[in-house]
Amino acid sequence: MTEPDPEPLNVAPGEPHDTIISETIAYVIGLALALLLTGVSFWVASTSALWGPGVAVGLIVLAIAQMGVHLVFFLHITSGPDNTNNVLALAFGVLIVFLVMIGTIWIMYHLAANMGPTPEMTNMMLQRG
Amino acid sequence: MTSVSEAPAVGLTHQGSEDTGLGNRGPQSKSIVVPYGFWLFVLSDMVLFSALFATYASLVNATDGGPVTSQLFDRTNVAIETLALLISSFICGLAMIAAKRKEMLWTQIFLFFTGLFGFVFLVIEIGEFVGMVRIGAGPQRSAFLSSFFTLVGCHGAHVTAGLLWIGTMMAQIWAKGFQPHIVRRLLCLSIFWHALDIIWVAILTIVYLIGTLP
Repeated sequence: MTEPDPEPLNVAPGEPHDTIISETIAYVIGLALALLLTGVSFWVASTSALWGPGVAVGLIVLAIAQMGVHLVFFLHITSGPDNTNNVLALAFGVLIVFLVMIGTIWIMYHLAANMGPTPEMTNMMLQRG
Repeated sequence: MTSVSEAPAVGLTHQGSEDTGLGNRGPQSKSIVVPYGFWLFVLSDMVLFSALFATYASLVNATDGGPVTSQLFDRTNVAIETLALLISSFICGLAMIAAKRKEMLWTQIFLFFTGLFGFVFLVIEIGEFVGMVRIGAGPQRSAFLSSFFTLVGCHGAHVTAGLLWIGTMMAQIWAKGFQPHIVRRLLCLSIFWHALDIIWVAILTIVYLIGTLP
């Protein structure tokens, strides 16, 4: 680790690097994958060929995949050694996001299930807060 | 690229004997530190949005007898919005490629179209909001609609701020050229703009697509 390193240790998030061709190709691949995933999402949401209760889960999986595409091809967050800081910050952000979202939905679902026997009752209770 | 002389004067510059984690080269250059700091801001913004998503998910069925999700949302509109924001994000990337090579004309053109597609998105969204308020589905109608307008409106406010920022950056690049600190601001703008598209993917899925399932 003490020998001089001509390359910078870190790269900034969002900054394209390498040649003009490879940089443009990265964005084009990202756009194509994002369009594909968006198209599949719309198809999954409108088709009746899939098992109904699984559709929402499938849509969330597709959304997470598309966020990954945006992170890799648009924001250039990779697993390379020069990206460690960016990835660690992202990992912490994702942890907090999931704790907040899943924790809230979990607690509120059980609260509603324990307090309101019918959807109308739950509705009223949430309205009155 | 990174050298001690590039480090800010107030920073810690270690000349070598003990391992401080900063190596013997001092802190990273501003071109790394500034976008990294902005990346932390963007991630904390996503944490903010996660709270709004959690609120929306908790209140989506609290309609108080008012309109429900499937009666309000139009998938065609949402598809156009999604496409506009995605293309805007893509062109923003092209603008960064041009800016890195100090191509004034292409940078300005790409930034203009980035803003234009962002503006298209915003116009459709505002049209949707106005239409909802007209039919009596404003934010005060039910807890569901309050959380909807807070979540989607917060994203819309971010897009509005992004548009103002794009205009500012076009003027700054035009007036001051590709100076290092201007390019850093542009890089932060691109991080912000791509992050908004990521948040929109979540809104599209959780609010609009799942909300209009048959």
